Amino acid sequence: MTFARRCAKEILRDPLNLCFGLGFPLVLLGLLSAIQANIPVSLFKIDALTPGITVFGLSFMTLFSATLVARDRESAFLQRLYTTPMRGVDFIMGYMLPLLPIALGQTVVCYVCAAALGLKFSVNVLYAVLGNIPMAVFQIALGLMCGSVLGVKQVGGICGALLTNLSAWLSGVWFDLDLVGGAFGKVADALPFVHAVQMEKALFHADWSAAAEHVLPIAGYAVLAAVAAVWMFLRQMKKQ
Amino acid sequence: MTAIQTVELVKRYKELTAVDGLSLEVEQGELFSLLGVNGAGKTTTIKMLSCLAQPSGGDAFVGGYSVTKQPEQVKRLISVSPQETAVAPNLSVQENLQLMCGIHGLSKEESKARIGELAAKLKLQQVLARKAGKLSGGWQRRVSIAMALVSRPQILFLDEPTLGLDVIARHDLWEMIRTLKGETTIILTTHYMEEAEALSDRIGIMKGGRLLAVGTAEELKRKAACDDFETAFVSIVREG
Repeated sequence: MTFARRCAKEILRDPLNLCFGLGFPLVLLGLLSAIQANIPVSLFKIDALTPGITVFGLSFMTLFSATLVARDRESAFLQRLYTTPMRGVDFIMGYMLPLLPIALGQTVVCYVCAAALGLKFSVNVLYAVLGNIPMAVFQIALGLMCGSVLGVKQVGGICGALLTNLSAWLSGVWFDLDLVGGAFGKVADALPFVHAVQMEKALFHADWSAAAEHVLPIAGYAVLAAVAAVWMFLRQMKKQ
Repeated sequence: MTAIQTVELVKRYKELTAVDGLSLEVEQGELFSLLGVNGAGKTTTIKMLSCLAQPSGGDAFVGGYSVTKQPEQVKRLISVSPQETAVAPNLSVQENLQLMCGIHGLSKEESKARIGELAAKLKLQQVLARKAGKLSGGWQRRVSIAMALVSRPQILFLDEPTLGLDVIARHDLWEMIRTLKGETTIILTTHYMEEAEALSDRIGIMKGGRLLAVGTAEELKRKAACDDFETAFVSIVREG
């Protein structure tokens, strides 16, 4: 837990992290709600938009975990810790555990802000917050994978720009994927982002059967990413 | 009593032989410097002795334990201050030291006492509350060494501790390293002649992964028939 506490402090004390991780999703929420107020689009209705924004916000967890691991590798901080009695599992849990409450905290803040914009609050919000856990695990694990092989600058480009954009485009938050269809739709369907958004929306509306349809692909990706992250981290640890 | 013994130690990276049949002994309480130009094999040697890199051939014994067969026991005896500063930048100096205390299993009371002791010894009181990442290079190195000393290691590896520091910061750090002499066995790598001469009990000169000469600064000067150490070093390296 000592190392996990350190990782949480490193992330939360970085003003850029707070700016992007929390500020950016909230700005989008406000902006798209303003657009909806002037030009009504069903996709941007607050009860349809907010679940999607919370899933989009999770993509920043990939950036946070990847940056932290890559920076620790580059600054030889990890090298120092590899000469201590810490074990592989201590490192992996230390990097992953603190990001889970941060991810859920971010989701809660999004829902609270959406309430101020007219979202009806109910117990379903709690289900929706908890429903984001598998996707949060996926995004955090993806970050651990990237941080294990990429440098800080590469992480900024790949996780900060490419992955956040890809996860947004392929999630169906900004536009209806059925309108694009074809290969794009098939690729989106094969990835977890759109399923996470659909499940989040379903949980928010307490539509359990619709939510259940999307559990498997998200859980599958989360498990796969977690296993791959552990393997890649231990591999680079051995290489050190 | 022998603190470190290497026996025909070899490290190969594909085509490159970074350390080539290194055999040396370091006595307990000794400050032994590995001196050489860039690429001489100093850092690779430290990496093998601190269990960060697996030797390709031969073996090394640290405190009587084999680095290849008993790395867990070796890790309990050693500490490393890497070439890079290797501090957690968003944590205060005190939090960095607390982190190392936690990793080494010290209780709250023990941590408080140990941090107070180290702060006094390394004159860190004035920066304890400051963020480590905001300190100058000299102070960061000092913090890095303090972090390495938390576990009261029998053997301390200092990899290029004054690299990139200005003259004043370098001399301050030398003064600090001198206070550690005798109680801890120190292996220091450097490519600064004056640093090796000023601090070391004995010096090993490396080139191309091989150990060319070992002795006190005076012995090496006599060996090369030179009055000053720098000329002696150049002469030994050129002949080697």
